[in-house]
Amino acid sequence: MMRENWNDVGQGFHPVSAPDYLPAAQLRELQLRRLKAVVERAYANVAPFRERMVERGVTPADMRTLEDIAKLPFSIKTDLRDNYPFGLFASPMSEIVRLHASSGTTGKPIVVAYTQEDLQVWASVMLRTFSAAGIHRGDIVQNAYGYGLFTGGLGAHYGLEAIGATVVPTSGGNTDRQVMLMRDFGVTGICCTPSYFLHLIERAGELGINLRELPLRTGIFGAEPWSEGMRARIEQESGIKAFDIYGLSEIIGPGVGSECAAQAGLHIFEDHFYPEIIDPETCRVLPDGEEGELVLTTLSKRAMPMIRYRTRDITHIITEPCSCGRTVRRIARVARRSDDMFIIRGVNVFPSQIETALLSVEGVLPHYRILLSREHGLDQMNVEVEIGAELFSDQVSAMEALHKRLAHAVERITGIRAGVRLVEPHSIPRSEGKARRVWDERGE
Amino acid sequence: MKVTQISTFIENRPGRLHAACAALADRGVNIHTLSLADTAEFGILRFVLADPAAGKAALEAAGYLAKETEVVAVEVPDDAGGLADILAKADAAGLNIEYMYAFSMAAGRRAVVIIRFTDPDRAVEALSQQGVNVVAPVELLSR
Repeated sequence: MMRENWNDVGQGFHPVSAPDYLPAAQLRELQLRRLKAVVERAYANVAPFRERMVERGVTPADMRTLEDIAKLPFSIKTDLRDNYPFGLFASPMSEIVRLHASSGTTGKPIVVAYTQEDLQVWASVMLRTFSAAGIHRGDIVQNAYGYGLFTGGLGAHYGLEAIGATVVPTSGGNTDRQVMLMRDFGVTGICCTPSYFLHLIERAGELGINLRELPLRTGIFGAEPWSEGMRARIEQESGIKAFDIYGLSEIIGPGVGSECAAQAGLHIFEDHFYPEIIDPETCRVLPDGEEGELVLTTLSKRAMPMIRYRTRDITHIITEPCSCGRTVRRIARVARRSDDMFIIRGVNVFPSQIETALLSVEGVLPHYRILLSREHGLDQMNVEVEIGAELFSDQVSAMEALHKRLAHAVERITGIRAGVRLVEPHSIPRSEGKARRVWDERGE
Repeated sequence: MKVTQISTFIENRPGRLHAACAALADRGVNIHTLSLADTAEFGILRFVLADPAAGKAALEAAGYLAKETEVVAVEVPDDAGGLADILAKADAAGLNIEYMYAFSMAAGRRAVVIIRFTDPDRAVEALSQQGVNVVAPVELLSR
């Protein structure tokens, strides 16, 4: 193997990334072949899936074209809970080499499984993720995704090793040590949630370390929805290029899709994960370009195939060819999940709308949280906004004007009158994993 | 002749004012004077400190914002009309005042007022020309 060609940037693509560049016809053919195989496999080995197929009168033999996928039943997160722990496995335990699980904060955890082949696929799609972000042999990458039951840490880890980068497996937490190692090791890339990276920037500043002066140049951020505004803030404050990646444990973990140097949508690794967009109300499949809920089918998963899994992520498929040359389709950045939506006084609100509103006022995105409460039987929304140096003035009139502008922006964008509270820096709790934006204290 | 004021943002809840002052006390930074401008939900605390740089560092280490602003310390005769006379001079010179607060009273018949002008440099020049005593930071120390 020619080691010199193992770099994506400026030296052609990594050989493992070849499927990203397949001609469309060849890719569709591969997808259909794999779709037939995975449906057969799930039908033969996963009883709950087979039962639903039988109910609908569909058999694996009905998969003649890719469009036939619409005949298959959807699967949802509850299916994983209902079949806890091993009910959806398509492989015997003797072939399963890894289990991951969610934290189970909202009920029973969900469990996912991998065979050796699955782990190889996972490492290869993570390699393609890092390659697209310009990470290569010689990079020193701090992996601050949590290691353990969460798929983020180990998923990124094996992809980084596969590409030949040096991994610093810090896992999450212990922010001061993260900053120290980043500086002392000359770290060039970092993986974590975007909100944790903002926290790292902040903490580094307090420790007197300017990330712009370190060799750090690439961030690979995911595991939570984030906005272009947040990217702008990250890139401006740290001097790095920030890439969005996409994945979910039910499908494989991180590695379902990722941005390339064009930073214009996330390429889905379509040879393994088949994307559809549906109308979440009617479940009708929407044409490419229309916004709806992303549905994914694992085309090559062995231990735990997921057929037409409803991700709850709202996006659309971008069909225009990407300037990077990859032929796999892209999805638009997932800025909102139908799960994150809350209803206040009958109006649907997404946290991303609050973010857009706050960003529109001064062009900076402050740290914030949304508090929902019920006062005298009426739903109230309060947005707490941390006052940073860029928003602070020593004049009361200026601060009151800022307060008014923030409240107006939230009302203009959400249609809901919200209370805005200006709060001191660091007064809103930081998360070391996925950022929590909404505190719903309305009870039932 | 300008004085560096350090201002910080505090929420209107119990203990925050004390914590900010305690942060300064812990680093041995003496407060010459302060003013608190408050609204229902938050306040802006403005300090004139013996050592503004150390005070800024102390507040930031305690997690507060700390913003430097240039203000002007003006000596005012402690008589009826003393302040009005100085404000008349400021008006005459077209100086815009954003806010002001009193320095802790000194002995004798002299007082000092801290004034935030939109253009502090021009204020120092204009007031000095009209015979107003603009107090230097080092003089504040000895009061």
